[in-house]
Amino acid sequence: MMARVVHAIQCIGCPIGCGGEVIVENGSVSEMTGFTCNKGLAYAAEEVVSPKRMVTTTVRVSGGSLGLLPVVSASPVPKERIFDCLRLLRGMSVAAPIAEGTIVVSDALGLGVDFRAARDISSVQ
Amino acid sequence: MREFSYDVVTIGGGPAGMAAALAAREAGAARVLIIERDRELGGILQQCIHNGFGLRRFEEELTGPGYAHRYIDMVRASDIDVWLDTTVLAAEPDGVITSVSPHAGMTIVKAKSVVYAMGCRERTRGAIRTPGSRPAGVFTAGAAQRMVNMEGYLPGKEVVIVGSGDIGLIMARRMTFEGAKVKAVFEIMPYSNGLTRNIVQCLEDFGIPLYLGHSVTAIHGKDRVTGVTVAQVNDRLEVIDGTAFDIACDCVLLSVGLIPENELGRAAGLALDPITGGALADQFRQTATPGFFAAGNVLHVHDLVDWVSEEAAIAGRSAARHAQGELPLSGSQRSVAVGEGLRTVVPQRLSAFEQGKMSVRFYFRAAKPMGASLLQFWADGVLAFERKLRVVKPSEMIVADIPVRKIGDAATLEFRVLPAPEKIEADDEIEEEA
Repeated sequence: MMARVVHAIQCIGCPIGCGGEVIVENGSVSEMTGFTCNKGLAYAAEEVVSPKRMVTTTVRVSGGSLGLLPVVSASPVPKERIFDCLRLLRGMSVAAPIAEGTIVVSDALGLGVDFRAARDISSVQ
Repeated sequence: MREFSYDVVTIGGGPAGMAAALAAREAGAARVLIIERDRELGGILQQCIHNGFGLRRFEEELTGPGYAHRYIDMVRASDIDVWLDTTVLAAEPDGVITSVSPHAGMTIVKAKSVVYAMGCRERTRGAIRTPGSRPAGVFTAGAAQRMVNMEGYLPGKEVVIVGSGDIGLIMARRMTFEGAKVKAVFEIMPYSNGLTRNIVQCLEDFGIPLYLGHSVTAIHGKDRVTGVTVAQVNDRLEVIDGTAFDIACDCVLLSVGLIPENELGRAAGLALDPITGGALADQFRQTATPGFFAAGNVLHVHDLVDWVSEEAAIAGRSAARHAQGELPLSGSQRSVAVGEGLRTVVPQRLSAFEQGKMSVRFYFRAAKPMGASLLQFWADGVLAFERKLRVVKPSEMIVADIPVRKIGDAATLEFRVLPAPEKIEADDEIEEEA
């Protein structure tokens, strides 16, 4: 018995925004239609098999010129783990001063993804 | 009152102001000043914590603060003066700038050249004339973005977003990340004004519905907003009877367009383009007021900060040359017009070309979404240049470099966008198959 699933995928690679279909049979991509470049084909295949997203949010800051530090994942996070990462970061607090690029969480949830400070925050007395 | 003098002053320290100041310094302006009303440089980028900035300028995807930081570091490494917490009250056509700040009080600056870099602000509920009561809980999307990302407030828990501009889409995801329920996004036009990437990653990823061709016809609530009434509109944007429905919410975010913030220019009699809302400018980004230049969202609203930086560098360089008496006098200027398919063009004026200049870069906004199209440049009624565009969207600026030799000394200059003749590529395929 062949499990055949058709996924409709909207490409985000460029303004043209091709809409296409990715056909998955027994867990692997067997056919793709509607995409017009290699970048689009690669995106569509990954979007079906293991979609990933960059994650940006904020964490609390103590003693800083701002109360919140924007943070960004150093690489894309598996889509289904985004909210787990957000929960982890929501519970954290970092102390000022903070320099842009500082690792706020290393290897979050064992996903192999670091979260880094997206800006400097100076401390206030 | 203390008085200072500078060669080039940029009003605003966001991406446009910083890039203009750096370019002015690089072009030889000895004394350069940035006046910024916020507590830090960076402008609106500081609250745009999502990533996707800088692919063109730095060839990597940065967050908004990350992009700002690159420029802040360059400004810090230079000898450009920066005044923070300082609001410009007036900039007179003779280059006298009056500003005020809590630490220095009133200050006068005499500038040889001024670069307007004040950015833009959001259209509000008043601008779209939404009927109903006046409860708390109705915010512009950018104001909410600052609250959530920088000040630490969540403006609501059950959210309706009006307008599908990129800020609204970004805030749909941001509010979802912070635990709010975003119930829907309503867009009056039959197409979204947001990037496809944002529709997918900010709405579809979280199952947030986007209603195209829908208008909010009432906002309800006495003290706090309790809901909105929404209805479908026809192709003349009139409400269709019998299509109205209610949706409960405690927060309404508006993402309904941006307006260049030109009060200073207007007070000084600056000539504006009624469509862009920004100044009329030539290829040096000099406005109709000699010695006053404009760049970034105060000139015309951009979708990519990378283009802002590039445009601001032109304005800054030109401002430095003006301060040194090197910029050719504008003399007789030619108007650049937009025809079929286009809404705006910048620059709207051409001054005499610089020696050795090979091409002029123009930025356009399309009037409506189109498929494969031809951007045409007509000089004195003759088609002088044509460029193929695979797709045209009003939300994405069209950029084209027109060779100076194609412009020549033509008196009338016009750009148009037309549908491309039936697909040439498809014809080739059919021949192959035969």
